[in-house]
Amino acid sequence: MSGRDQQASAPPRVYTRRQAIGRVAATSAAALAALGLGAGLLGRRDRSSGVERRVIRDHRVARSAGAVELAIARGPDAAANVRRAIAALGGIEAFVRRGESVAIKPNVGWNRLAEQAANTNPEVVAEVVRLCLGAGSGAVWVTDYSVNDPERCFVRSGIAAAASAAGARVVLPDKSGFREVAAGGEILQAVDVLWPLVDADRVINLPCVKQHGLSLATLSLKNWYGAIGGHRVRLHQDIHRSIVDLAALFKPTLTVLDATRVLTANGPSGGSLDDVERLDTVAAGVDEVALDAWGCTLLGLVPTDVGFVAEAQRRGLGRADFRSLRVEEIAG
Amino acid sequence: MFRWMRRGYQLVFLALFFYLVLVTTASLIGGTPVWWFLAFDPLVALATALASRSLYHHLLWALPLIVVTLVFGRWFCGWICPLGVLHHAIGWAARPRKAAQRLELNRWRRLYQTKYLVLLAMLGAAALGSTQIGLLDPIAFTWRALATSIVPAIDNSAFGLYQGERHFHASTLIAALFAVALALNLWLPRLFCRMFCPLGALLGLMSKLSLFRLVREPSVCKDCNLCGVDCAGAAEPHGTLRATECLLCMNCVYGCPRSGISYRFLPAPDLVTDRLDLGRRRWVMAAVAGAAAVPLARASDGVEPRPHPLRVRPPGAAAEQEFLARCIKCGACMKVCPTAALQPALHEAGLEGLWSPILVARLGYCEQACVLCGQVCPTGAIRHLTVSEKVGQPPHQEPVRIGTAFIDRGRCLPWAMDTECIVCEEVCPTSPKAIHFKLAEVVTRDGSTRQLKQPYVDPTRCWGCGVCETRCPVSDQAAIRITSVGESRDPRNRLLLGRDKV
Repeated sequence: MSGRDQQASAPPRVYTRRQAIGRVAATSAAALAALGLGAGLLGRRDRSSGVERRVIRDHRVARSAGAVELAIARGPDAAANVRRAIAALGGIEAFVRRGESVAIKPNVGWNRLAEQAANTNPEVVAEVVRLCLGAGSGAVWVTDYSVNDPERCFVRSGIAAAASAAGARVVLPDKSGFREVAAGGEILQAVDVLWPLVDADRVINLPCVKQHGLSLATLSLKNWYGAIGGHRVRLHQDIHRSIVDLAALFKPTLTVLDATRVLTANGPSGGSLDDVERLDTVAAGVDEVALDAWGCTLLGLVPTDVGFVAEAQRRGLGRADFRSLRVEEIAG
Repeated sequence: MFRWMRRGYQLVFLALFFYLVLVTTASLIGGTPVWWFLAFDPLVALATALASRSLYHHLLWALPLIVVTLVFGRWFCGWICPLGVLHHAIGWAARPRKAAQRLELNRWRRLYQTKYLVLLAMLGAAALGSTQIGLLDPIAFTWRALATSIVPAIDNSAFGLYQGERHFHASTLIAALFAVALALNLWLPRLFCRMFCPLGALLGLMSKLSLFRLVREPSVCKDCNLCGVDCAGAAEPHGTLRATECLLCMNCVYGCPRSGISYRFLPAPDLVTDRLDLGRRRWVMAAVAGAAAVPLARASDGVEPRPHPLRVRPPGAAAEQEFLARCIKCGACMKVCPTAALQPALHEAGLEGLWSPILVARLGYCEQACVLCGQVCPTGAIRHLTVSEKVGQPPHQEPVRIGTAFIDRGRCLPWAMDTECIVCEEVCPTSPKAIHFKLAEVVTRDGSTRQLKQPYVDPTRCWGCGVCETRCPVSDQAAIRITSVGESRDPRNRLLLGRDKV
């Protein structure tokens, strides 16, 4: 037996004390790490209750006493109408200060040409962009969550090209482009909002005047439908209250309502030039309800017959009796 | 003698496993922790924690096993794993008579490294939120096969342990895979464990740090090779023993005529190896392949962009992404569901959701006062609801909705065939009923008029239990059917405008 032992090759290497301690320490460390990680991760997701929701700032500015509240400019040049309407309100400098970022929300809902009047006129969009940048604003973002394919809508409406040429950044909606915002409405508790409308210092609502099958009209208040993502087609189940919930959520700095071309039938998508009426008019103001009441008259509607206008007035968002405001009409 | 001790443990754990599976039924379950085997499976804990960034409380059971394995090695594989016992038994029954032949079957082969790549690929997928370990994890694999095919097959034809027959969607496939896994033992014993088992691979990796190991004493060894004849893990006990492969079955210890193999604390480092010789590049490639499979799978339409109408998840199921991060497809919920309504999905939840539970209302329905699926779920993919939460009793404002019923007026007897019926209204469990009827006067074919009750669904009351579809007398494709729309867990799959997130 002992003879065999001596014949065996070199005896097996054994751990030194230092190595042995190292081995034990490594194993203990791994065990402790597993226990620690397990304790740290225990029920993490089960504890958390929902995501954190942001709130949208009030983007309005203080208006001087006696300032014009609603300006309506008519004339063959859409851009000039924008300039004159905003000038009547005190100029863009009254709304946008140097260095402030601006989010502009036109209606770019449909894959239509400007002539088809399903979207805000690109000239109007470009002029608002130029005015903001001319006032020394920071970044200007133009954004909308289109109903049709957004890229096609922005390109074919002419808004992508016009806004970019004027110096704005066009922000198309994509999966990560929304922020969850608390809505606190009668119906809507939370909505996903296009990020520029949450992040910008100033927000300009830039809708157009259109007929709409369900809500009768698409105007300023209804334009906020395009600001949100999610499963928004459900809003049709209670469209007027939903619109007003959204309108109460967004408090834009300025609203410019484009009636250069008005889609009077088969809206809000349109398609036929037979349904387009050329009015060459742009209105601007800070009371969306008044602007929409005025817009209703262009479509031959009695404002208070339109559910969301009446509801918005009831909730104190503005005055449907736009004639009682300080109105300035500028003829071309 | 000691061999019988191991066999004893194996049989006890196998019996316990079978017992827990068999009592997973409404009348027998009580408070039995039937999820226990699944919960102390470290792979289940690791993968679901990786995918969901959270550890479900049941899975704390995995921590002691991790510590035991780190210190003592893969005892689980050799002594506890129920699938391991089955493999062991089949391999033993089919073993060749001659020791030389068995030595050949039980030597280590390079292909046994495959399991580490399987593990890495599955963990790579889990890191990106898709838990796929349940496809091969031995506990989930065995649970699923028993729950959806083997137990129903035996019970439907012979015993009648459970009330009524139970049938599961395409479970033949699950049974066939289980049979193949067992049949692999006829080629090489414990081939599933040695080559495919991701849990074995994980425990093998942990064993790299194990302090206690089997070791051969070269001064005693006469190189007879008897230690390798019945080595379950193909760990090469006569060479430099592979600690990562060793299942601690102890056959080498019993086989050695000179007591030359012993289980020792920190044996000499050149007698035992924990190297895998796999190569870093292969590790990385496997993990990357697993991770890449997730965005690739999600580029298909299984999960996004729209919920599948037939992907009706059990009540309390997490939102789909979280559900896929947690569900290990073990089938415990299907086993316990009193009406066998929960079924292993084939395509309805995408490739990723293969064998995850969906409610197939033609086969069974969700019992209103039952929350057993959440009780047995080991990973929290299905939350353990209370009955009052499920049905929406105060303080809960709403019931937990899993879908909505829709009437197919072309197949419905009162709507299309001038025939009285209204079974759906009768069985509707909500109160007031979600299915109501209106009296209609119809002119029949012969010109006479008759009054009929025609059913309608009130979507504000319907929560998708599916009993109307189960009981609809149009016995092939029902005239009222459930789809997932309206389910509480997914804001994008709501039907009605309500006070919630848009």
